[in-house]
Amino acid sequence: MAYEVNGKTVEHDEEGYITNLSDWSKELAEVIAKEENIDMTDEHWEVVNFLREYYDEYQIAPAIRVLVKAMKKKFGPEKGNNKYLYELFPYGPAKQACKIAGLPKPTGCV
Amino acid sequence: MSEGVKKFLYVNRKAPHGTIYALEALEVVLIGAAFEQDVSLAFLDDGVFQLVKGWDTSELGSKNFQPTYTALGDYDISKVFVERESLEERGLTEADLLELTYEDEDDDWAEKSSIRVVSREEMAEIMAENDVILSF
Repeated sequence: MAYEVNGKTVEHDEEGYITNLSDWSKELAEVIAKEENIDMTDEHWEVVNFLREYYDEYQIAPAIRVLVKAMKKKFGPEKGNNKYLYELFPYGPAKQACKIAGLPKPTGCV
Repeated sequence: MSEGVKKFLYVNRKAPHGTIYALEALEVVLIGAAFEQDVSLAFLDDGVFQLVKGWDTSELGSKNFQPTYTALGDYDISKVFVERESLEERGLTEADLLELTYEDEDDDWAEKSSIRVVSREEMAEIMAENDVILSF
């Protein structure tokens, strides 16, 4: 299974998470988002970029509870809450946003 | 303490290199923390090496999971017990360990250290106080 981006194929697992994290690009993110029926706005990118920074620092994709708390700390309560994140990523912010961000499935995501 | 919350203690006895125990234990801890149980970690024997600053497992074909320990505070894990005798037997002191912190909800979110160095005797008491002990 693979995504097609600019004539390049990028392998992914049965749930759509890319196999090799270094294959990620902004173009790929748009492709994955389309498969998830998400139109990437600046707000979506903010979450995706935030997750990538979190992964860079801690080497894990955070669980939703942790994402909410960390978003709250960085962007304030109007963005650091479940409702806001679920509106952006209806099928689970941690799951969908991590997939688009090219990260593994969140640790503690069951 | 509310109904259904149990005290979980994860006991780490192995170095981060050589076996997968340390990484697997850490992942189990993070998964367990998502269920909002009362979680503590204990590091003894060679397990104390997991918290020593500066190692990197990426050359071993494993991801370097040292930075992940510093995310424990985000998962509300604020009790990390390290056995003093195990440190001393390996020529280590608390100064050799990673700085792990959490934010204390009851103290205006003040940042505090999660690490508590305890004696072997105290460690035995901590183990006796927990409902579930998982050893790695």
